[in-house]
Amino acid sequence: MPHSVSPAGSSERKDEEMADVPAASAPEGGVKLEDMFDGDDDEEFPASSAQDVKMESSPVPAPAGPAPVPSGVDTDVMLMFYQRLFPFRYLFQWLNHGIVPTRDFGNREFALTLQNDAYLRYQSYPTADLFRKDILKMNPSRFEIGPVYSTNPRDRKTLRGGQMKPVSKELVFDIDMTDYDDIRTCCQKANICHKCWAFVTMAIKVIDTSLREDFGFDHILWVYSGRRGAHAWVCDPSARSLPDDRRRAIAGYLEILRGGSSSGKKVNLKRPLHPHVTRSLEQLKNHFAQTTLVDQDTFASTEQAEKLLSLLPDKSLNEALRRKWDSSPDRPSTSKWADIDALAKTGKSSTLKPATLRDAKQDIVLEYTYPRLDAEVSKKMIHLLKSPFVIHPGTGRVCVPIDPKKADEFDPLSVPTVMELLAEIDAYDAKYPAGTQEVEMPDMEGSAMNSDAKSTRKLQDYEKTRLKPYIDHFRSFIAGLLKEERVAKRERDDTAPAVKADPMEF
Amino acid sequence: MIRQDAHRIDPKRRATIDHKKRQFAVPIYKQQDYPHRLNLYDTPPTAEITLEQFEQWAIDRLRILAEIEACSYRNKSPGETDTQITPLLQKYLPLSSNTSSSNGAADLRLRNERQKDHYSHFILRLAFSATEDLRRRFARAETMLFRFRFQKDDSRERRAFIDSLNLDWEPVGEEERNEIAEHLANSTPGLHRVNDETWYKVDWEKVPELVERRSAYMRRGKAYVPGREQLSMIMAEFTARLERSLELTSRALPRLDEDDRLTPILNHLSKNFGSAESVYTESEGHVDGAEIRASSIDSLSQHFPLCMRSLHMNLRKNHHLKHFGRLQYTLFLKGIGLSLEECILFWRQSFKGKTDDEFNSQYKYNIRHAYGDVGGDVNRRGRGYPPYSCQKILGDSNPGIGQTHGCPYRHYSVDNLVGLLQATGVSDKEVLRGVREDVGKQRYHIACNRVFESTHKNEIKKVKEDGTWSQADLDTIVHPNTYFKRSYLLKQLAKAPSRDA
Repeated sequence: MPHSVSPAGSSERKDEEMADVPAASAPEGGVKLEDMFDGDDDEEFPASSAQDVKMESSPVPAPAGPAPVPSGVDTDVMLMFYQRLFPFRYLFQWLNHGIVPTRDFGNREFALTLQNDAYLRYQSYPTADLFRKDILKMNPSRFEIGPVYSTNPRDRKTLRGGQMKPVSKELVFDIDMTDYDDIRTCCQKANICHKCWAFVTMAIKVIDTSLREDFGFDHILWVYSGRRGAHAWVCDPSARSLPDDRRRAIAGYLEILRGGSSSGKKVNLKRPLHPHVTRSLEQLKNHFAQTTLVDQDTFASTEQAEKLLSLLPDKSLNEALRRKWDSSPDRPSTSKWADIDALAKTGKSSTLKPATLRDAKQDIVLEYTYPRLDAEVSKKMIHLLKSPFVIHPGTGRVCVPIDPKKADEFDPLSVPTVMELLAEIDAYDAKYPAGTQEVEMPDMEGSAMNSDAKSTRKLQDYEKTRLKPYIDHFRSFIAGLLKEERVAKRERDDTAPAVKADPMEF
Repeated sequence: MIRQDAHRIDPKRRATIDHKKRQFAVPIYKQQDYPHRLNLYDTPPTAEITLEQFEQWAIDRLRILAEIEACSYRNKSPGETDTQITPLLQKYLPLSSNTSSSNGAADLRLRNERQKDHYSHFILRLAFSATEDLRRRFARAETMLFRFRFQKDDSRERRAFIDSLNLDWEPVGEEERNEIAEHLANSTPGLHRVNDETWYKVDWEKVPELVERRSAYMRRGKAYVPGREQLSMIMAEFTARLERSLELTSRALPRLDEDDRLTPILNHLSKNFGSAESVYTESEGHVDGAEIRASSIDSLSQHFPLCMRSLHMNLRKNHHLKHFGRLQYTLFLKGIGLSLEECILFWRQSFKGKTDDEFNSQYKYNIRHAYGDVGGDVNRRGRGYPPYSCQKILGDSNPGIGQTHGCPYRHYSVDNLVGLLQATGVSDKEVLRGVREDVGKQRYHIACNRVFESTHKNEIKKVKEDGTWSQADLDTIVHPNTYFKRSYLLKQLAKAPSRDA
């Protein structure tokens, strides 16, 4: 029996499923307790708040009709989604880096969360067909993607300890709205609205630019995490094989906000600013003016205004500002921000240098807008991350890719939910009954696996829905990746013998 | 498509590998002549030495490495480490520069010194390649030793040594340098004139340290590094090579299985490489006679070091701690002798907002795992992880947003730190001033010990006077559990002054 599904008993199941984890790879420092669980995702699916995507302040119309999202997605719906819509073939090509199945896919770890909340780690599949078959059989509520191992993860128990090692995985980044809770005023915890999604948009822009310009990566896939965040998958061959200390270096390079809840000022940059910071600041300036000062109106409350003052360097200036703001409690953030310069100019403080104030203001802009990454996710090769295109069990939304070039246009609240998509297929099929448009029957084998024969090709189910542009984006992303992969392979074949031709010692 | 066999030999090479010839050929070893003081230890030694030399050289080097590691555990500054190490190096493992002798590198004394350095390194490689943990510690200590010597090296010799390494560094042309001069100046701290430096373009992966600190200009995967940052690059190179060859050594190690001359020596050596973390025994934190239960944690928390105290206060305030905070605190509680059942009870009561189901499914497993009640064989046999030492807490990643673990002396802003200290009852101005100073100099453990000495000054004075505690009992604290135990015992003594009488 290939899978051992344990009963749903919540604390029981983890014991059974994970009891062997440290034994399998602990001697090599492979899996430690810290790594087995996401940094802190205990709030990922708060049972009660699955539904409450906050819409009240949003000017954009809600997704058509009364929100059809059920709290938690039905198992039949989920199965239907896998059968008819999930792009197994493209996911395979993406992870396999080619058409012919290789170890890149075969030794890749998948971790399935089943409908009963059991968690199956170390699943792997030799081909796309077997992958699809197993997903249909297990019908997981979601699944995650881990690293490629040196051997097949399913064989781990037959190996001596420490023999199975992770060899490659995409460099990943995780941005989560909860990390912004202390600077967003519109929502808290798992909720998002258009106003605070702007933070994610900024983060995507800054990180994406840096990865491309500074590190020279080209193949970066951004994915909406289904509720209130985004993931990045850097798929360049050089990025996939980075060892952990290099990943840590990148995370450190990109991390500007340091310190936990009690460390006071979180941005303390040395001058002159590093070109990466200067560029980011340039990108973020306007966002600060719009999002922080206007949309969020962050400094409106006395408490937040006090926090702003604590970040400013000069006591007498702070006194003047405090007096001014106390006398007009409803003063909007934009005016408060302008007050800083205005009062500084009037010479309230003799000791304050303009440069010091400018630096402090730059630090503040960064503290309120610079991306807040969950750095632990990026630092470890073995970290698991939710696959693109799965359904977020809370919202029912599909984890669709985001085009970083059009990050501004992306609207998380209009991302299709699984129920909407299935309804769209039905609507399409009703409009073009079989025969008039070569619509295929919803059989299991056809939807994801059929060939690309152009003219007589049957329309695939996803093409009848709003999922199409997202899958098209994913396809073109894969095409670019495969092209580079082919070039790299040819180069490897050309240079390899030359390297080996060294004379032997004896 | 037919996939080609990876083992296929390139046709041009076939003739050179004649396994018959190779098998019986007399090995021709490269004679070592040590032209440079420093050594990247690429070539293993091949000449013969006596067993006594084998052992003695290894022990001498081990002494140095152990001292280096101890300094790092005590979080000593580079300057302090320097004064500690220099006399030891002079005594056990001298390594003089070419200029110190009139004959230069040909001098017999220099040769012998370098030979000893070379051989002892490889002997210890054998001794410390067996387990991942030993390998990591060995590589760390060796890297620090190398860095130490590299910095002390004569600048001319250092250049000659670097030139001999053939590293893959591409010099930046003048045109390109002028084009990006501003970026170079802004990204390289402490630089005055861009044109004074020789710039190199290297793959960023070669200088992860610089990249992590954002101390180099980056463009399309290349880092622009000034000549003086060589240290960082050489260190990375040294560590990378050493780690790789340790890995190889560990695989070759079983060949020594039948040997009865070297194996005992090697085993003995690796056992003597004691570390602050492995020395920590379970009984260290336990306090006899103290009743440690979930309900008594609140009152005991006055004896906790600041890191745990702040976790406790945060927990009481928010009824929640994030993962790493929970882990750090759970392990500490385990260390002071809280049983697993009581610990689960403690967390259950502390997480007021969670239902039983949520608690059982999201938190309980981690607690049990930390105690070694569940998990793999290794975890269970080791009874979970050891409580974190100061070294571990200081060295781990900075707490992120909303996280509360770590060391307050290091990870809090000074103002928040002082606020926290005052909240815990430390208000002596002199002490607070000292703490500020220590933290400014990054001597976090000294700051912590200073606070301990101030809050327990009467008790310490007393035990010193009546001689019940020797100086060794009052050594610098480098473990949160030691802090607790000492604090608790001192206060108990004060409560029962007539115990000895």
